[in-house]
Amino acid sequence: MSKKLFISGNDAVAEGVRLAKPHVIAAYPITPQTVVVERLAEMVEDKSLASEFLHVESEHSALSACMGSGALGARTFTATSSQGLLYLSECLHYASGGRFPIVMMNANRSLALPWSIYGDHRDSLSQLDCGWIQIYVEDAQESLDMAIQSFAIAEHLSVLTPVMLNLDGFALTHTYELVEIPEQKEVDAWLPPFRTPYAMDFDKPKNMGFSSQPSDNTEFKYQQHRAISDAKEIIKEIDSSFGNTFGRTYGGLVDAYLCGDAEFIIIALGSVAGTCRTVIDELRKEGRKAGLLKIRFMRPFPDEEIITITRNAKAIAVIDKDISFGYEGTVFTNVNSALSRYPNHILKLNFIAGLGGRDIPKESIREIFDKLNDGINNNSVKTVEFLNLNVETDD
Amino acid sequence: MINKNGINARTITDKEFFYGHKACAGCGGSLVVRLALKVLGERTFTVVPAGCMSAVGFIYPQLCFTGNAIISTFAGTASMLSGIAAAAKALGLKDYHVLGIAGDGGTADIGLQALSGAIDRRDKIIYICYDNEAYMNTGIQKSGLTPFGAKTTTTPAGGNIRGTITQKKNLFEIVAAHGIDYAATASIGYTQDFLNKVQKASKVEGTSFIHVFAPCPTGWGTPSDSAIDIAREVVDTGLWYLAEYENDEFILNKNPKEFASVEKYLKQQGRFRHLQEEDIENIIASRDRKWKRMREKWSTNNK
Amino acid sequence: MNRPRLKKYIKPEHIKDYPVGPSFEAGFLTSENSGWRTEKPVVNNSRCTACRQCYLCCPEGVIFKKDEVIDIDYSFCKGCGICARVCPKKAIIMRQEKENE
Repeated sequence: MSKKLFISGNDAVAEGVRLAKPHVIAAYPITPQTVVVERLAEMVEDKSLASEFLHVESEHSALSACMGSGALGARTFTATSSQGLLYLSECLHYASGGRFPIVMMNANRSLALPWSIYGDHRDSLSQLDCGWIQIYVEDAQESLDMAIQSFAIAEHLSVLTPVMLNLDGFALTHTYELVEIPEQKEVDAWLPPFRTPYAMDFDKPKNMGFSSQPSDNTEFKYQQHRAISDAKEIIKEIDSSFGNTFGRTYGGLVDAYLCGDAEFIIIALGSVAGTCRTVIDELRKEGRKAGLLKIRFMRPFPDEEIITITRNAKAIAVIDKDISFGYEGTVFTNVNSALSRYPNHILKLNFIAGLGGRDIPKESIREIFDKLNDGINNNSVKTVEFLNLNVETDD
Repeated sequence: MINKNGINARTITDKEFFYGHKACAGCGGSLVVRLALKVLGERTFTVVPAGCMSAVGFIYPQLCFTGNAIISTFAGTASMLSGIAAAAKALGLKDYHVLGIAGDGGTADIGLQALSGAIDRRDKIIYICYDNEAYMNTGIQKSGLTPFGAKTTTTPAGGNIRGTITQKKNLFEIVAAHGIDYAATASIGYTQDFLNKVQKASKVEGTSFIHVFAPCPTGWGTPSDSAIDIAREVVDTGLWYLAEYENDEFILNKNPKEFASVEKYLKQQGRFRHLQEEDIENIIASRDRKWKRMREKWSTNNK
Repeated sequence: MNRPRLKKYIKPEHIKDYPVGPSFEAGFLTSENSGWRTEKPVVNNSRCTACRQCYLCCPEGVIFKKDEVIDIDYSFCKGCGICARVCPKKAIIMRQEKENE
């Protein structure tokens, strides 16, 4: 029998990792990720988890150790956040180029300067091009389920790409919810041990992590691009297979809420989706056709899904907890690029919100829908707007 | 220094595990890799960071390690070794070695943090630092182990500054200060001593570390046949030393009654040819201070 | 085999022929190093006592024991001259490459 526990998003990830039984865990503490590694350390101590736990001296060493472990074909987990993610960023490219199927949880947190321990997506979105699959989850149950699914995705022999599982710092990592914990034997059956022919082996020794000349480098990079692009179908299959076993599916690359007939759609990542759903329910009662498109995977990017789901909308708004300074939000850039291939000329607005942990209240979500309405009625709206700036700006 | 029960020129395996590499002719570092692997054998996982040994041995499709080997990030030799050691244990492998071979910059500068962590955890790895006293792969820039006076491309010898003005970092004692299970210094000029130390390291239950002096003819401005002789001479002059650290104790393996000529050692190398008399006096004075301290505090098993 | 031999590398024609990521057969040699030499070591077997000092000190590992004396794999010898310099019996001399050709 599965059981239910009242736990935080961090706890949920740790429970998911325990069920996945990694051989090696290497991690360095950083707020707000710490609870994950503390729980895993406790599980190793009480022998409910038989992993080798490496207390490394930095995030760079954490991911470097994970790559060593991955080179031997071992199942491997690490977790980080914010400054730590940037400190290990050399290893991000290295791990994806090396095709090591590591799973890493990232507690989304703002980046210094100014210092802030609170959440936004500037850490992970700044690493969008590093060749990792990026998942953004909304609640604790999805965190646990996706921790398990992440190993299945990363270790799929057609994918062999590391996965970054992103949880909003504090908003999700430290919020307690009732979470169903699957049974170990069901997880064992669904997620068999990792077996790969591409690991170090005394019978078939390998030279790994080599250099390539200009004559071959492009091919290696194309191969990597194809693996991540082709992972789209595999991600959907894994989500559906997970649903068959555990009774929960998440829609694969995206999760559309009331988008079928929606005139106005908010596109967002992570925990803000919950607030959006509440507001959309209220607007629907008022007769307004509002919808939410939650992007669950930023890489591979669900361009086809976004195009299809927004096709009949009049306007869309992308909420970015991120800003590419001097331009616009990174999620917006990606969404806009996808939609530009099908020039249906819908209005597209970008709202920069929630930076450094600033709350995004229901009123702000409502305001976004109002602005979309203003926009299609030919009132002047800004394409990129910082939501809830507390001061006048002379703009 | 011949270890009768150990590995020597006659008993060492005929198998070659690092072959066909593109290192410069007469490279000391590549001899370190070759000999270490011959002592440890084919059941060895080898990690080399970005640097000369990866650049010369690892360019697809020409791959020169006959056993399992991987390039790590420059800073990540020791941490990747830790990950391999942890995975090998978790996977239940038996009878293997986990070997890292990095240069002076890769060890004493950018890789020091990871090395410190691995020693702290007592991970069962063998870490060999081949010291050619500068960043050679990038074109002979100064590292933390470049000795006083040496000319490099970032410490040029001119009218104002005569090469490197800092002293070589005391890496061996930095490592020993962790209370490491086994640490040693060595030189490819004392080949048998190096073989013995690698063999000893292979039997250590925790972390072991060997800092081996390995000349780079290209970077030092010396003939391609000179590496062994220079590596012997540096020990004989006292500018390098053969020592071990184990059981909380330092042991000097070689305590010469008389030192060979420092000036002759320096002047045969292009990197030191600019040195003036006072520079050489400085080098000798600093050597004598070090030896005074070692002789006072360390035990000896003199050869 | 104590030393790896040259292998034939077939340049991939399809993306699936590439290794999955940078991971390939260990010790896969596709080219020799003999072209680097300006001088080659020549062994005088009558002087050689097979002490194997040259073998131990060769950075390439190209010297090997053969019938109680030593021989050299010239395909991979770069002609650095260490073997000649460390030989206690002066049984190896370095000879200009062109003299032999």
